[in-house]
Amino acid sequence: MIVRVLEEGQYELDDAGSARLDTLDSVLEDALRTGDEDTFAAALDAVIGEVRASGRRLDPSAIVPSDLALPAPGATLAEVRSLLLDDGAAPDEPAS
Amino acid sequence: MSVMKRLSGIVQAKANKVLDRAEDPRETLDLSYEKQLEQLQQVRKGVADVATARKRIELQAQQLQASATKLQEQARQALAQNREDLAREALGRRAGIAGQLDGLKTQHEQLVSQEERLVATTQQLQARVEAFRTQKETLKASYTAAQAQTKIGEAVSGISESMSDTGLAMERAQEKIANMQARAGAVDELLASGALNDLTGSSDPLQAELDKGSRSSQVDLELAQLKAQAAPAVGAGVPATGELAAASSTPPSEVEDADGSEEEPVTGEPVAPPAPPPDLFSLDTGGAS
Repeated sequence: MIVRVLEEGQYELDDAGSARLDTLDSVLEDALRTGDEDTFAAALDAVIGEVRASGRRLDPSAIVPSDLALPAPGATLAEVRSLLLDDGAAPDEPAS
Repeated sequence: MSVMKRLSGIVQAKANKVLDRAEDPRETLDLSYEKQLEQLQQVRKGVADVATARKRIELQAQQLQASATKLQEQARQALAQNREDLAREALGRRAGIAGQLDGLKTQHEQLVSQEERLVATTQQLQARVEAFRTQKETLKASYTAAQAQTKIGEAVSGISESMSDTGLAMERAQEKIANMQARAGAVDELLASGALNDLTGSSDPLQAELDKGSRSSQVDLELAQLKAQAAPAVGAGVPATGELAAASSTPPSEVEDADGSEEEPVTGEPVAPPAPPPDLFSLDTGGAS
């Protein structure tokens, strides 16, 4: 599986790595939903850390689409939310 | 994989819109290549912009530091003149500068990491553009083969994705620059207003007070010297003193209290409470007749 960390590059992960990402992804999603900036930052750090640790960095000249994409390291909750709203899908922000 | 899956879909879709216009896949390849070259130019410009922004912050930090040093010195001067109030004021302003510097520091860190990332992006993009240039010629040459179509599709998806990634990176960088400029503008205003920077200039009230303080102690000193000189010759008065004293004495004028609590002629209207404004004009501030 190929994962892109935005503003960083692409990584190739094996099945075990992908499975771990699955768990972390739901943490990330929860953090997005609750809107807690610190939880979100920690979750994002954890996911990116996992990708960097268990993934193999692809050569930047490789031209392949990714299966998954992660926000850029240090991206804020607000930035990621607005990115996710970009697709025109129904917003799933909690009512504030 | 909801968040990451959605994000990848969004990222791929973003640039696909741009590349979708070409009908022939071979044209799409050429278009992709052109777009990438354009992007490379933009990213290079972006790197320069971020660097400029970073330098501006560094310059401001220097100016603020200089102001802080001046204020410290002024606080010392003020204490030497037994003006604790002025010393307090100077140190208070200095604390304000520390706050500004904190903010600048955070932004500086952000810009530095943004700059590093954009430089890395430029290098990656450069490598990819090079690779893509050769790849697209190969793909075009073998286009007739059925297999090539899939490959073209894949290459285009891959390039779309990396292009929108780059585009997003640029957007973020621009946002950071815009934030920085807003703050820098505020700091510039602060510096221009003289509140921080022009403390040694005549426009600064704090310095003026201090100068006055040192001037008046100088005056006291000279006055004392003059008095000491004049002491033996008693009676040699200074004419100017008398004039000044005469001019300043103004007779107190008595103000008479008009105690007549006259009743106003009753015309049928109540005197005291002013009528509340009609609702019609409650939102309108002016022009009520």
